[in-house]
Amino acid sequence: MAKLIMTADDSASVRQMVAFTLKQNGYDVIEAVDGRDALNKLASQKVDMLLTDLNMPNMDGIGLIKGVRAGTLNKFIPIVMLTTESNDSKKGEGKAAGATGWIVKPFKPEQLIAVIKKVLG
Amino acid sequence: MMEEAVATYREEAGELLAELETSLLELEETPDDNDLINRVFRAMHTIKGSGAMFGFDEIASFTHEVETVFDMVRNGKMTVTKRLLDLTLKSRDHISCLLNAPVGEDVDRSAGDEIIAGLRQLLPQPELPQKGSSEIPSIKLPEVSPDELSNESTWRIRFRPAPNIIMCGTNPISLINELRGLGTAQVVAQFDEIPQLDELVPESCHIYWDIILTTSRGEDAIRDVFIFVEDDCDIKIELIDSSGLIDREEGYKKLGDILVERGDLSPVEMKKVLMLQKRFGELLVEKGIVSPEKVQSALVEQQHVKSVRKERSEAPQQEAAASIRVPAEKLDQLINLVGEMVTVQAHLSQVSLAGGDATFIAISEEVERLTNELRDTALNIRMLPIGSTFSKFKRLVRDLSGELGKEIEMETFGAETELDKTVIEKLNDPLVHIIRNSIDHGIEMPEVRCAAGKSAIGKVYLGAEHSGDSVLITIRDDGAGLDRDAIRAKALERGLLPANSEASDREIYSLIFAPGFSTAAKVTSVSGRGVGMDVVKRGIEGLRGSIGVDSVRGSGTTITLKIPLTLAIIDSLLVKIGKDHFVLPLASVEECVELTREDIKNSHGRNLANVRGAIVPYIPLRQHFGIIEQRPEIEQIVIADIHGTKVGFVVDHVVGEHQTVIKSLGKMYRDVKGVSGATILGDGTVALILDMGTLLQTIELMELSTKGS
Repeated sequence: MAKLIMTADDSASVRQMVAFTLKQNGYDVIEAVDGRDALNKLASQKVDMLLTDLNMPNMDGIGLIKGVRAGTLNKFIPIVMLTTESNDSKKGEGKAAGATGWIVKPFKPEQLIAVIKKVLG
Repeated sequence: MMEEAVATYREEAGELLAELETSLLELEETPDDNDLINRVFRAMHTIKGSGAMFGFDEIASFTHEVETVFDMVRNGKMTVTKRLLDLTLKSRDHISCLLNAPVGEDVDRSAGDEIIAGLRQLLPQPELPQKGSSEIPSIKLPEVSPDELSNESTWRIRFRPAPNIIMCGTNPISLINELRGLGTAQVVAQFDEIPQLDELVPESCHIYWDIILTTSRGEDAIRDVFIFVEDDCDIKIELIDSSGLIDREEGYKKLGDILVERGDLSPVEMKKVLMLQKRFGELLVEKGIVSPEKVQSALVEQQHVKSVRKERSEAPQQEAAASIRVPAEKLDQLINLVGEMVTVQAHLSQVSLAGGDATFIAISEEVERLTNELRDTALNIRMLPIGSTFSKFKRLVRDLSGELGKEIEMETFGAETELDKTVIEKLNDPLVHIIRNSIDHGIEMPEVRCAAGKSAIGKVYLGAEHSGDSVLITIRDDGAGLDRDAIRAKALERGLLPANSEASDREIYSLIFAPGFSTAAKVTSVSGRGVGMDVVKRGIEGLRGSIGVDSVRGSGTTITLKIPLTLAIIDSLLVKIGKDHFVLPLASVEECVELTREDIKNSHGRNLANVRGAIVPYIPLRQHFGIIEQRPEIEQIVIADIHGTKVGFVVDHVVGEHQTVIKSLGKMYRDVKGVSGATILGDGTVALILDMGTLLQTIELMELSTKGS
């Protein structure tokens, strides 16, 4: 069965690009427009993995990661942060909140897939 | 789909730019509003980040410069001034220009450069921005250099995950599996840190692992596996063996030494235990100095490295015995010498027979036998399996079918069939043409196939098999088949077929090999220009091979190539007309029959012979070559099978079988039709090798033109 991945990003173009890349590589995708939306959806929907942006309105990526790890249904899923910040403080903050890995924007589709394959094992 | 995302990005960036403008104008009113400054920064940041992903590199690099300045403002290192706002507003306009510029068109960069220069002047001097500093790729895709491949090393890895690793979504087992993917790995799990049940936190990871990994990839590849966890986990990677190490002893360290090196056992303890004479590992466990798992892990390492070293020392010897590499020119030279040898041997046989000395004849026959063996062996050396070419075509099929939107699978058989190296090389182009044709014209689009009740996935078969002294190469597709009526109509239109002719299917299909023949309604990038099949035919005939086509409308086309095994030395039939010798390739010769003056008279001027009731047309070579000497009372017809048709060639005498060493003709004779080369006979005279196929063709054409006029 195809793995289900959630992409949470406030930028529609990034969501489209990520969703397109994932679908092309045989994954199923659900989209969320910000942290709040993502957390709401994840409360009732089991996914295999979460890709999240860090800068988002309503609830940012760090908040979303903390929320997922504090929940039950998706508590142990791999979470990859999409971030434009290549500085370590934001990355460290995400890791401390429970992120599994990260990918620095801008990235190429094949880099995204390499990271996803890696964390999904 | 990707274009949609790009369009969405354009829209988004447009909105962000509008927001940026508003924020900048508001900022002019309240220059100290941090919220506004952050908003400006974030807008820039998003435009930059996404821009680079969707191929707007110019926008990304330009915006990066502006963003750097606002990063300073955000951090309180700069203040908002009128000049800064002016430049930023200009930047906004410039980004908008870049965004809306048509793809592939250069935008005036000088405007951008001016703005950047202006912004840089505003920066506090010591902190000049470094261009592109934030564009660090996050994950390196694996790359293996050929150099690394030949250099295997063995690593000892101790991976002690952070207790919360599972809670962060990482499965340690998948990391270990990733390590396994790098080479040969032995893994031993260590359980000694698992706490008592009442203290156990089930969500925490208390196990750690020892991994012995032999890989050709370097330490960086191993570190990359742990990229996301290296900050939290305890990872020790040590090189314990490498093919480059100088002490190439076959064995490996003692168990105690390994444990000491790993820090699991102190040297003092080791000495103490060694004093007792028992198996060292058992003793350690018995005494409770080292846990059984640790001993097990060290033993695994010992075993692993020992076997790696053993393999390494054995492998080169085996390979050396199996094959040697020889430059192709040396082989060609050998074949040439063998060719000369065959010629000289023919001369020797002739002389010995003429002399009639029994001993001499015996020696000559011995030489002949050895020469034949030498010839076969030498030719065999140059034989290569055709499979290597086949795999190239798999790629071709994959790429082309994708390009044309068709789904096509390729199946091959007989990849192990051997052919002369030079023949394989020359086969490449014709095969490409044929396969392209099959894919483009043969296999239909998936919808059409489904409608015809066929599987949506088209199939192309490519196969090779031995048949006598030739190899048959078959290219078959399960596509639409040839359109007999269209080919016939086109042939009539082009005058290739007489208007009232009753041509057989085979004859009609073979018209696709006529120069410039194409029934394709439109020319695609793949084929259809009508320059394919005649080139194919010429290529195959250049190899002294033949080509046949068979097709069933609606279920596919089969093209069969018959290729001689080698180009250097062939078996042939030596014949004589007048004083001249000629050579006919034996592969197509079927039989020889007599032609008497009586027969000629009975056929009323038409060149037809009655062979056991079948009418066979013949070509009097004497007339064709203009040989004037008196013709003998009884002539011989050599009957050959040319592309499935029986044709006779009339000669004076049939001398017998002959080993023909093919010598190519000079440039002057390259375009002479009907002669494919020459050979030197035992007595030193030259005989022409006749190409029966083209000979027949030229004569047919001459007949047609005399009839036409």
